[in-house]
Amino acid sequence: MTPSGVDRGGDGARFAELRAAAVALLAAMAAGSLLIILAGASPLEVWRTLVARTFGDAYGAGQVVFRATPLVLTGLAVAVPLRAGLFNIGAEGQMIAAAMCCAVVGAALPAATPALLALPVAMAAAAVAGGAVGAATGALRAYRGAHEVIVAILLNAIIAGVALWLGNQWLFVGEATRTASVVEGARFAELGITGSSASSSVVVALVAAAAVGWLQTRSTIGFRWRMIGGGPDAALAAGISVARDRVSAMAAAGALAGLAGAHFVLGHKHAFEEGLGRGVGFLGVAVALLAQGRAAAIVVSAVLFAALSQGGLGVAELVPKELVDVLQAVVVLVAAATLGRTTSVGGGAR
Amino acid sequence: MSAALVMRASKRFGDRDALVDARLEVAAGTVHAVVGENGAGKSTLLKIVYGLVRADRGQLAIGQRCDLARHGVAAAQALGVGMVHQHGMLVPTLTLAENAALGHEPVRRGLLDLAAARRDLARAAARLEQSLDPDACAGALSVGEQQRAEIVMVVARAQKLLILDEPTALLAPGEVDRLLALLRRIAGDGCAVVLVSHKLDEVAEVADAITVLRAGRTVAELARGVATREVARAMVGGEPPPTGAPPPLPPADAAVVLMVRGLAVHDLSGAATLRPGAGSAGGLRQVSFEVRAGEVVGIAGVEGNGQRELVQAVVGLVPAAAGRITLGGVDMTHATVAARRAAGLAHVAEDRHHHGLVLDATVADNVMLGRLDEVARGLTIDRTRVRTLAERALADLDVRPADPSLAARALSGGNQQKLVVARELGRAAVRAVVAAQPTRGVDLAAQARIHDRLRAAAAAGAAVLVISADLDELFALCHRVAVLHRGAIAGELAGDALRAADARATLGAWMVGAA
Repeated sequence: MTPSGVDRGGDGARFAELRAAAVALLAAMAAGSLLIILAGASPLEVWRTLVARTFGDAYGAGQVVFRATPLVLTGLAVAVPLRAGLFNIGAEGQMIAAAMCCAVVGAALPAATPALLALPVAMAAAAVAGGAVGAATGALRAYRGAHEVIVAILLNAIIAGVALWLGNQWLFVGEATRTASVVEGARFAELGITGSSASSSVVVALVAAAAVGWLQTRSTIGFRWRMIGGGPDAALAAGISVARDRVSAMAAAGALAGLAGAHFVLGHKHAFEEGLGRGVGFLGVAVALLAQGRAAAIVVSAVLFAALSQGGLGVAELVPKELVDVLQAVVVLVAAATLGRTTSVGGGAR
Repeated sequence: MSAALVMRASKRFGDRDALVDARLEVAAGTVHAVVGENGAGKSTLLKIVYGLVRADRGQLAIGQRCDLARHGVAAAQALGVGMVHQHGMLVPTLTLAENAALGHEPVRRGLLDLAAARRDLARAAARLEQSLDPDACAGALSVGEQQRAEIVMVVARAQKLLILDEPTALLAPGEVDRLLALLRRIAGDGCAVVLVSHKLDEVAEVADAITVLRAGRTVAELARGVATREVARAMVGGEPPPTGAPPPLPPADAAVVLMVRGLAVHDLSGAATLRPGAGSAGGLRQVSFEVRAGEVVGIAGVEGNGQRELVQAVVGLVPAAAGRITLGGVDMTHATVAARRAAGLAHVAEDRHHHGLVLDATVADNVMLGRLDEVARGLTIDRTRVRTLAERALADLDVRPADPSLAARALSGGNQQKLVVARELGRAAVRAVVAAQPTRGVDLAAQARIHDRLRAAAAAGAAVLVISADLDELFALCHRVAVLHRGAIAGELAGDALRAADARATLGAWMVGAA
């Protein structure tokens, strides 16, 4: 680890991190261009179409907002534990468990419940369910020494299976693999951007990002997370309960991933469906890594990944659709390779 | 008798002399012990022989004259030198034969010839009269068995000189005897054996000759049969304690702040965890002492005699197996670290990189660590208070550069240590201080600052416990000095006896169990 990258307070360090992120992006674009040439298309044409289909028109922009919303939340769900020295690969499962819970609660509310009550209740159900899964993962690590990555991977599989089983057994209505719709009051308003799916849940994501930013930089709990990530032994010697704060970091992460589940249920599908939000939990890892765990950067990073996946639909006639998935992976790979050295306290996945 | 090794070496690490023209001569076919206090340069000397460290100046002859500038591990091995490290180097999941093959895999038709490795190891073991199963999994053996197997492997390749760095540190008493017998046997075959050891009774039992190092210099070369007390005196030096104003004594009726009664702590070294129940001499047993307000009490001793266990139990990082710890009259035996700190306990950790600081965090963050209560307003950290706190801590011990936004890693070792001391002693209402090796590896100026700060804490009424391997440090700071040997207090000097001309020799004898 270089001393230059660890001076967290100075503007120089902030600049170094920005520069590293820019290098990662440029390198990813170069690698992507190479792939596009190999696929027999013109890189310039592809990049131009990609931008035009995302930020070029209102519908595209709205779709980017829609896709970025859950990515901000799962990105935060990875970033919070990352700073505390934990790797949360379980955002996917936390999100699914939360979405299920949120859908059930949202549908069980009286039909006339006003939005001012229904939305917070349904969101709280999601946050609590996701938080419980996260806390369980953290507790197994903190008190039993089970590695959080293994636990989370297994929990992802268990939760996906249990959700489907619960649905098929009791919750899915009719022939469809979806639960009953949540009441009118428990739905995020659509933003009304020319046919896009963007909803007011983007406000939740932005508020969550701001809250995490405050936690990370200004709060005592964020400080403790940073310390247990940077030096668990020193934190112990200073009287910090490392086990308890590992659990709290994972619980907070689970709650954030849970809000991503709420976004899909309350802002888009209005019910729990099989395959809902698939992959968003894992993409959150990429979002958080590119942003080096910083809350504000996560918003930017989420928009970037959202634009890549939305723009991928637009360039489908120029290059194979799979190429866009490859591009996303290349961004992550290059980011991991170039950012590794500058990410410091709690940043590494070591 | 021919010489297996003749050397003189000087070595500086940064601004510190590790070796100053240190001499070592080892005759072929003998067991030779190198003894000295912590930091005397023993390990550095032997690492130079094995090529792990390059000497700045000097000469080295291992059978033939070596070029110091080009000497390295490969060159040393080619000359028949082998080294066994204190913590074994066997891969626990592999069998002994596989371990022996590692790095020198015998090959037959392009494939690993494990049968040959097994055969070679069995032959080497038979030559040294060791019973050893080449198919046993290394991890399933006791520490002593692993070590003897490793010695057999090393000796099979290195027939001229075998180096062992504190080979008995992790061994139970019975296993020590078997190791010493093996070493004599190896020497009998003509291979010279050099071992670093702190344990003078073992040295006296096995060594044909002893080289004593003190502060990087060879101060004595003794033959077999010299009294251990004599060796101890050479190790610590014969000079009387440094004169100078002793710290002002607290009034005789000052209250007892820190009291430890019958404290026992399980061994923290690897031995117990490597193989539970294998038995180990470590840990702490039945230790009692008390420190009054304003008093500075020192704990001397060769490292590994229970100091780490004592410190960690008192600050609350490891549980006490038996006994009682009270702070200001309140029982703290089972209290959390946080509760003890809240009751006014400050801890200058032995290992600042591990337990003292979060190296990648800023200086300001590190000052806040463990002092969150002083900067928090509810859930929020008050940045103005952080700045004030950090600036005050930096000024208190003159930490340089005095920049709170710098990463702790960017500070020199001395300044890192000053930062830890400033943070711990600068807290409001410090009632007791546990300072473990408070000036290890720091320069003289930083050492003086830290000592002054510890004295000031005592003068302000804190009970100060200093654990140090450095007798001069204890003489400079303490009203009383107790010696920890094999997990128990071997003796204590106070007042005039601590200032007497033979104080050093007395403490030294207790430290090595020669009294």
